[in-house]
Amino acid sequence: MLVGTYGGLVLAPPDYLQGEAFRIIYVHVPTAYIGMLAYVVLASVAGIGFVWRIKLAHAVAVSVAPVGASFTLLALVTGAVWGKPMWGTYWEWGDARLVFELLLLFLFIGYMVLRLAFDDRDKADRVSAILAVVGVINVPIIHYSVEWWSTLHQGPTIAQFDSPSIDTAMLIPLLINIVGFTAFFAWLVLTRLQGEVLEREKATRWVQQLVVEDLK
Amino acid sequence: MIEFLSMGGYAAYVWTAYGITLVVLVLNIWLARRRHAHMLATARKMAISKSNDRRPVVRTNR
Repeated sequence: MLVGTYGGLVLAPPDYLQGEAFRIIYVHVPTAYIGMLAYVVLASVAGIGFVWRIKLAHAVAVSVAPVGASFTLLALVTGAVWGKPMWGTYWEWGDARLVFELLLLFLFIGYMVLRLAFDDRDKADRVSAILAVVGVINVPIIHYSVEWWSTLHQGPTIAQFDSPSIDTAMLIPLLINIVGFTAFFAWLVLTRLQGEVLEREKATRWVQQLVVEDLK
Repeated sequence: MIEFLSMGGYAAYVWTAYGITLVVLVLNIWLARRRHAHMLATARKMAISKSNDRRPVVRTNR
């Protein structure tokens, strides 16, 4: 992440149209990508947990949700401060991608809030999983929104099969940052997952043996 | 250096974006580690209190 950010801020040449402001791309695109990746993970593991009743899958879902929400929030905020100098506005309700990205944030928050409504964890797991799976339809909508409704947000820059419409010197730091952010995301989820499993299994013999052995 | 910091006149926007990103990422690390530490402490407390409960039972059985 440090290498990618350094490359993006210092090494990459300024954009001919946007000048130095385009450098926001190095935090905007990775956070937006992680937000969507996180939701796909959330919906997948919640669905797996729902169908096969696997507790660990729900524990992963619970661990992913707050991280995904924070990255989606970052994508929105970095997009807003990029939109101001380039589009003349922080926010535009008429742009499909912006609105559906906001919906993505609400889906993450909705998943977490819905869980709070249940005292029984198994019930919370099952009901929130339904919301998570239904909401996944939003991810392809976000992805294709710039093609279906061509309003403010620009079209895809990297995810093109022929050739990316971005210079290599600009692209390399971006790819490094996407990889770095993904690794960071994985670390956050795994740390949260450890805590979540401890919480769920704290009464079991294996956890108790493990945590006491750790003290010696 | 000044030229780098001024970001061609877009300093306010570029550094706001990077600043907020840094804050949220650090907050994420802190919250994840805090939760992990809290859960570990809770599980430990439970394990220790349980093992304390168990000992007298073992003695009376003898």
